[in-house]
Amino acid sequence: MKFAGLLVMPAGFFLSIAAVVLFPAPAPRAAFVLCGLAVEALGLVVAVRGHMEARGETRP
Amino acid sequence: MTPIAPSTPAISEAAFALTLALLLLAPLAIAGVALINTGLGRSRSAAQSLLGNLAIVAVTAIAFALVGATLTGNLSGTPGGAAHIFHLAGKPWNWLGAGPLFLGGFAAAPPQSQLALLFEFLAVALAALIPWGSGADRLRLTAGCAIAAVLAALVFPLLAHWIWAGGWLSQLGVNFSLGAGFLDPGGAATVHILGGLSALAVVWIAGPRKGKFPKEGFATAMPGHNAVYILFGCLLALAGWLAFNVAGAVLWLQAPFAALPVTALNTLLSASAAVAATFAVTRIRFGKPDASLCANGWLAGLVASSAAAAIVAPIQALVIGLIAGVITPLLVELLELAVAIDDPSGAIAVHAAGGLWGLIAAAIFAAQAGQFLAQLIGIATLLGLVLPLVYLLFSLLNRIVPFRVDPDGERIGMDLHELGGGAYPEFVIHRDDSYR
Repeated sequence: MKFAGLLVMPAGFFLSIAAVVLFPAPAPRAAFVLCGLAVEALGLVVAVRGHMEARGETRP
Repeated sequence: MTPIAPSTPAISEAAFALTLALLLLAPLAIAGVALINTGLGRSRSAAQSLLGNLAIVAVTAIAFALVGATLTGNLSGTPGGAAHIFHLAGKPWNWLGAGPLFLGGFAAAPPQSQLALLFEFLAVALAALIPWGSGADRLRLTAGCAIAAVLAALVFPLLAHWIWAGGWLSQLGVNFSLGAGFLDPGGAATVHILGGLSALAVVWIAGPRKGKFPKEGFATAMPGHNAVYILFGCLLALAGWLAFNVAGAVLWLQAPFAALPVTALNTLLSASAAVAATFAVTRIRFGKPDASLCANGWLAGLVASSAAAAIVAPIQALVIGLIAGVITPLLVELLELAVAIDDPSGAIAVHAAGGLWGLIAAAIFAAQAGQFLAQLIGIATLLGLVLPLVYLLFSLLNRIVPFRVDPDGERIGMDLHELGGGAYPEFVIHRDDSYR
């Protein structure tokens, strides 16, 4: 699950870059960059949840 | 891909002398962070921790000299450095520096390129110390050195080129009308967020100290062994940070001399507001101020100032520090109690979160149109590209050089296990309840 989260994060980065390239107008560009950051945040949350589950399984 | 050499304005002799003098003070930041790392660890790992800090500075210098400096693109013999560029959507994307290996041509490089490289040598050493503090009490010395080598040879040069040497992040303003491009004059992104995200990767891979998270009940408190080291380290760090932030303003923003006192003042104000806020928060939370959390708050204020001190007004620096000082102790507690992350130095909260807040604050307070979006794209790059990259690299590295010491080494302490002697040989080391 941690790896899944970490794989999602680059998708958010590429979404942000695509926004800069594809949208010259400020509003849609900003919206898509924020969407990219939201995807990254989602990936981070999944990675953190994965870490917590793994820790629960290996506690002494 | 086409190697090209962009140009930057030449530096005056006075600016050269001032920047060189500042960079000679910058190692105080490294000394401060090393003391904080050591003080926040246990007494039975103190010598290994401080030796590790020294070894990491040495390894980063060597790795950066051999490989990393080339990838930053500052060694081309042309101001601004050389680079590899591809074209996408009609725009140039400068993604990697180029130049001679092994510091070839350093002596013949223009003065500003030499200063830029000196800045980067010190910056990468500081960045590599950050994950070492998070891995305290269980990270092997060789693993710490290997992590430092990877950061200095591969990851830091990429970021340094993108942000400081005419790379695509710094060119967002020119190519896409996003303000002045991504701004990070003091190294909030290249040093602190990189170090903080590396710290997160290290603690994820190495795991927590034995006994930190028992099967039942709350996390075990494992306080730092020497509050004097920690707090004196904070004072040393201030001197180093002043040097980094002012030198960064000269080198990366071409700031005029008149703007430099404000940059220094903002650094001090940000740290001061942060420590005052952390003092108040811990006083309210625990009834008494917490020394190590106050140190974390002070450092978080300094880290946030790295992004914003050269850009904002003094009152804004106060606000930035205040918010950093409130966030830091709460985040340290959250990471430990709610997310089960054992980070003895609090580096993830201090350096990663503090740096991110600094970049966002710089975006909020920057007057230029489009600057906010440029800063957000920088943040997206750090979270979406750098964190997965360092986690991947460190996971592979962990297979070659295991990060974590064996259980017996952790039980007797890193000093005895790795060095054969303790930092305080005349002290009686008490038994740890978690090993009963």
